[in-house]
Amino acid sequence: MKQFFFSIVTLVLVLTTASAQEMGDLLIKNGTVITMEDGVKENTDVLIKQGKIKQIGQGIAGGNIRTIDAEGMFVIPGIIDAHSHLGIDAVNEATNPVTAEVFVGDAINPYDVGLYRALAGGVTTSHAMHGSANAIGGQCETMKHRWGEMNPELWRMKDAPRTIKFALGENPMRVHGEGNNVAPRTRMGIEQEFRRSFAAAKEYKAAKSKALSNKTAPPDYSLRLETLQDILEGEIIIHCHSYRADEILMLMDVLEDYGVSKICFQHVNEGFKVAPELAQFGAHASVFSDWWAYKFEVYYSTAYNAAILTRNGVVTSINSDSRELIRHLYHEAAKTQRYGDLTDEEALKLITVNPAIQLGIEDRVGSIKVGKDGDIVVFDGHPLSIYGTPHYTIVDGVVRFDINEDPDDVRVDIDATETIPAFYEQGNQDHEAEGCMHGVSEHGHHHNHNH
Amino acid sequence: MNRIKYSITLSVIFFSSVMAFGQMVEKSQQGSYLLKNAEIYTVTNGVITGDLKIVNEKIEAIGPNLDAADAEVIDCSGKRIYPGFFDSGCKIGLAEISSISLTQDHNEIGAYTPHMRALTAVNPSSVHIPITRLNGVTSAMTYPAGSLFPGKAAVIHLHGYTPEQMSAGSQPDILKWPSSGKRNRWDKRSKEDIEKDQKKALKKLKEFWKSAKVFAGMKGDKGYNPQLEAVQDVINNDAPLIIEVNKKEDILAALQWVNEENINAVFSGVSEGWRVADSLVANAIPVIVGPILQNPSRASDKYDAPYTNAGKLAKAGVLVAIRTTESENVRNLPFNAGFAANYGMGIEEAIKAITINPAKIFGIDDEVGSLEEGKLANLFVCDGDPFEMKTRISHVFIKGWSTPIESRQTLLYDEYLERDPGLKIKD
Repeated sequence: MKQFFFSIVTLVLVLTTASAQEMGDLLIKNGTVITMEDGVKENTDVLIKQGKIKQIGQGIAGGNIRTIDAEGMFVIPGIIDAHSHLGIDAVNEATNPVTAEVFVGDAINPYDVGLYRALAGGVTTSHAMHGSANAIGGQCETMKHRWGEMNPELWRMKDAPRTIKFALGENPMRVHGEGNNVAPRTRMGIEQEFRRSFAAAKEYKAAKSKALSNKTAPPDYSLRLETLQDILEGEIIIHCHSYRADEILMLMDVLEDYGVSKICFQHVNEGFKVAPELAQFGAHASVFSDWWAYKFEVYYSTAYNAAILTRNGVVTSINSDSRELIRHLYHEAAKTQRYGDLTDEEALKLITVNPAIQLGIEDRVGSIKVGKDGDIVVFDGHPLSIYGTPHYTIVDGVVRFDINEDPDDVRVDIDATETIPAFYEQGNQDHEAEGCMHGVSEHGHHHNHNH
Repeated sequence: MNRIKYSITLSVIFFSSVMAFGQMVEKSQQGSYLLKNAEIYTVTNGVITGDLKIVNEKIEAIGPNLDAADAEVIDCSGKRIYPGFFDSGCKIGLAEISSISLTQDHNEIGAYTPHMRALTAVNPSSVHIPITRLNGVTSAMTYPAGSLFPGKAAVIHLHGYTPEQMSAGSQPDILKWPSSGKRNRWDKRSKEDIEKDQKKALKKLKEFWKSAKVFAGMKGDKGYNPQLEAVQDVINNDAPLIIEVNKKEDILAALQWVNEENINAVFSGVSEGWRVADSLVANAIPVIVGPILQNPSRASDKYDAPYTNAGKLAKAGVLVAIRTTESENVRNLPFNAGFAANYGMGIEEAIKAITINPAKIFGIDDEVGSLEEGKLANLFVCDGDPFEMKTRISHVFIKGWSTPIESRQTLLYDEYLERDPGLKIKD
């Protein structure tokens, strides 16, 4: 018994040690600090202690902690991607139009080289999402890019709100209706998936409380219904894959009927057509800068989407949904200056403050403010210029990417059977199979985007 | 009064049809234009401050204080003029909606299809075209990509009602070099199977080429043999062969083959060109690189390998052109070049890679690729560095046609920025 107790204590100790995140101390000197909170400050230092921003000002002494000389450089908050599928080994549980019970956080893969490449593009936080095969997909994971940490637990952004993936339009119609000949095959059918699911969750809750008061047997435990109930109670933020204006309005109507308000529409290529409705509902929008025409439901798109949404008061972000775009979200954000004349502040918000709001983590990240996490990117030029290059990417005060110490080979899991790592003909064209339909669409189709 | 009424009715009809479909753009115009007081980035002759005169389809004159005569004068003070940008490899006009296979015209069935002609299937009404022009892209090589010999590409200008009107003349043959690499991340073939497939494809290639040479030597009526006929221009050294090849070992093997066969070759893709830059220089092989904005080819590559490739090749002395491989987003060509510029290529070389270099590669540098008197008026006017996203393009001329600065995407912006009626009427 004593021995058993001892081993439990040891186990707990080991677990606690293993899950301790590295929190760094760092001083960034004399940069142009774009705070996204309190304007742009020239010749300013940022001090990070124990992973948190401790002080912003001039002439800060850091003692003997690591110091980055940022003279002539631009210092911005770590970039946040509200839509990614990097660092997870499973994306789509495409077996049922409703799979609220599954969770991509069960399949975190900290070895994905794409995560390092995202860091090299200044991305410090990403929202690893379930795919878009199901009307109600699985729950998602918000992760911090602590490249080099091997324990998947250390990649989770602790205390980030729970999120779940919903999906409208062609993808669920194709997978279930066309693929398996079960509903939904139409946008009408998709609406009823939500109504049926929410009604079931309400009944489940009623049956549970009735059983409690009557002291009778409760209904069979259902993680799916438990999760749906949590959505109805506002404990989970919905991130809904969507394209067309009509289906966006439909989901807002359903949510209104059930009193649910926390929603961010993803992709939302026709969001610009219903921008006033989105703003009134308080719905958010996370969009591509310029992707369109990869399927019929995005044929009537415009690269001015982000600008129209922003000008209509919708909290808007620009996401990647791609292991390629995530490498240069700062460039994607800058395109809103060509397509819609957004100001520097508005454009940078699309990849910092706004995605933070959409993930419910704006008190932790998204701007350079005392008390927030020490997540920062240092560029050698303005981040919205084509000539701005990320030089340092810092997570919790730890430099996770340094352009001067960029290794020739960053892989951390090396396949012993591959003497030379595999060569891929289509370095870029693989992004179609990478995104929301990962694990569902037939791979290898040339240029067949299925986001 | 009647006339006023009539024109009001007409304008309402016109107005509403634009609003309803958002895809009709205004007509282009051709005539005489004097672009006054500009910084003229000629590409081949430095930067000239002065005027540029367009008469019909050509640049008539470049110089200080040109006589306007009856030309329309466009004040370009504080503005720059560049030659139109040229995408050296894309699918514009051959693909409309990626997920709908019946809108894809670049991927024919058959083991050998060198007789397929992209120009036949270029859709002059593709919605992608006006959208692309707005970023200063005026010309493109649009290419098929099906079998080993997928067909002839079409070099086109992005203006015209028929493929013939769009054609820039050149229709180079394409060869997809059999790869010893994986196709993509989902390619589950074993190493042995990849080797076997490549061997088989190389054998097919060599047999085909042998037949094509026999065909070349035949006298009299050769009968109907479109595949062998199609590559005779390459065999006679009248046209280049564009060889899609990416992996280091494959590039070297392709080099050996073109030397043995005495082929005038251009390599495209060349994602590992930087590993064999010296061999490419030694053999004077021009390359078409891109997209620049893509993932590295190997998990072990540095993150910036695709960004730096074009610059490394240019520095080594290779003639480099840049492509997007896109269709709907060929408009990102200047940003691809911009990334190359920032990652070692430099602005001037990157501009060449999307202007004069492709013109040289496709043998039309006497017509386009730079701002020179007598060349086609393929050019655009902008208010700054054309690689910067903030820069605005105010005029785009293609073969002297002043094309409208609007597209379905700008029309949707105009219509929806301040939507009227705004919010739905609540009951």
